[in-house]
Amino acid sequence: MGTIAEKIISQHAGRPVSAGDIAIVPVDGVMATDATAPLAIRAFEAMGGRRLWDPERVSLIIDHASPAPNERIGNLHKLMRDFHERMGGHFYDVGEGICHQLMVEDGRVQPTDLFVGADSHTPTYGALNAFAVGVGSTDLAAVWLTGKIWLKVPQTIKIELHGRIPPGITSKDLILFLVGQMGIAGATYQAIEYTGPALRHLSLASRMTIANMSAEMGAKTGFVDATGLALPYEFTAVFPDPDATYSQVYRFDVSELQPQIALPHSPDNIRPIAEVVGQSVHQAFIGSCTNARLEDLQMAARILKGQRIHPRTRLIIGAASKRVFNDALRDGTAQILSEAGAAFITSGCGPCVGTHQGIPGDGEVIISSTNRNFRGRMGNPRSLVYLASPAVVAASALCGEITDPATLLAGEEWELL
Amino acid sequence: MSVLRGVAHVYGDNIDTDRIIPGKYTKTLEMDHLAAHVLEDLDPEFSQRVQPGDILVAGDNFGCGSSREQAPLALKAAGVSVVVAAYFARIFYRNAINIGLPVVEIGPHAIQPGDQLEVDLTAGVVRDLTDGRPYQTNKMPQVMVDILQAGGLVNYLQEHGDYT
Ligand code: SF4
Repeated sequence: MGTIAEKIISQHAGRPVSAGDIAIVPVDGVMATDATAPLAIRAFEAMGGRRLWDPERVSLIIDHASPAPNERIGNLHKLMRDFHERMGGHFYDVGEGICHQLMVEDGRVQPTDLFVGADSHTPTYGALNAFAVGVGSTDLAAVWLTGKIWLKVPQTIKIELHGRIPPGITSKDLILFLVGQMGIAGATYQAIEYTGPALRHLSLASRMTIANMSAEMGAKTGFVDATGLALPYEFTAVFPDPDATYSQVYRFDVSELQPQIALPHSPDNIRPIAEVVGQSVHQAFIGSCTNARLEDLQMAARILKGQRIHPRTRLIIGAASKRVFNDALRDGTAQILSEAGAAFITSGCGPCVGTHQGIPGDGEVIISSTNRNFRGRMGNPRSLVYLASPAVVAASALCGEITDPATLLAGEEWELL
Repeated sequence: MSVLRGVAHVYGDNIDTDRIIPGKYTKTLEMDHLAAHVLEDLDPEFSQRVQPGDILVAGDNFGCGSSREQAPLALKAAGVSVVVAAYFARIFYRNAINIGLPVVEIGPHAIQPGDQLEVDLTAGVVRDLTDGRPYQTNKMPQVMVDILQAGGLVNYLQEHGDYT
């Protein structure tokens, strides 16, 4: 019988389908950002689109270059606002947050939904057991027009995670480790099911970090086993059938996991932190759809409380959404970080995508809580981007060099989560 | 579908979308602007060297990374007639077909820069006319063949109004 992907697609297709089948399925929700919506609007109009098939299910988000850094982008944002005025749908303007965070926070995507996003990190919603895929602008325009998408039902890779994640180690370390093991094409065209006892105590935020980086293995989507998942509303989880067929099954014990770092210029270039400790860093960034939620900022605050970041290092922070930022203001986290020297930017993608807000200089080293470090990703092909957890980024900002947070809190029995 | 002929520009494995077109150049609707920066961080002279009809050839996992449709659009705007790779990343593959840029997967190959290639989309064969070697292409789902035949998803939906 079925994997999670097969079960959700079958339910939407109204007939049983299995890996390899092509299905044309109705879509529960769809979103596009300022990086993808302008081309989608053009394609939609060229298709003869006059109205959205169901505005209630459509979201538009300005997050990739927000607020607009120049007139060209200002005009693209204007194009989106005009489209929204004419067509309806849900609109998230400058500063409301990063698309993926907003979709989950606002309940625009729910468990067992089939969701299409014009962004490659749409699989983030697999943390909620939605079948969520990233597409480009023209596919997206076709959903606006028809309410449907054609899909090839993917095969599924199962990744079982045993043991318990050690204190002070985060879900980011776990997913970086897995990307290193699988490689950037390790799950191309396939879905991933992450399961096992190591995941049961994880928060929704930590699960989103894991599902998010399914994209870094080339996966079509990724589901985190819903056992132990807490949501602010009632939901029915979806589990694979006991006799589901997997293309591959991997088992890892994570009890000895150490902080993991992706070295330039690929997210699968993973080393344990011990191999890069002491590398000096010019810029530290805590942000993105991978790691900028409240628990991530709290982790950083735990490390930076009452301290000052290193004089040769700048720390940039962009909360995943305005709601996250407001929560961090309310509980004192934002104040701790600001007093430690962090520069807060508008909630949005910011430095992650290299359009504005923190483009590094030539030869500079960046440590970042984001998900990709391809050459040029942060806007300068002559810079060097290392990926890590928010705890490692904060510790490195404090010391001016890549630092294992455990060494700052030596002797203390500490839990970041 | 037609037979395409052109000169091969050959690159390696895992060419990501940031190297096809950096994110900082993607916020535009001007195709010339995209074409001017195509492959800039991989091969800075490519945009000057490429001739209309030329063929881009790559190894494994071409187009991995972001969902930006500007990646195949930039290649198309620069004059590339077809991309041949061992295999493609999923979103790039869909995007290319959707915008009417043919892409074919041929597995491991020995195509060299400057080789003359002939790509027969209907027969599913890539012929290296320089060394004489033929390569069979992977089969595409029928819905993709239909979209490509229509010249892309915009034309397909203009014609059909819906998926058929
Ligand atoms: S934060 Fe980065 S990875 Fe996430 S949606 Fe924005 S640009 Fe993409």
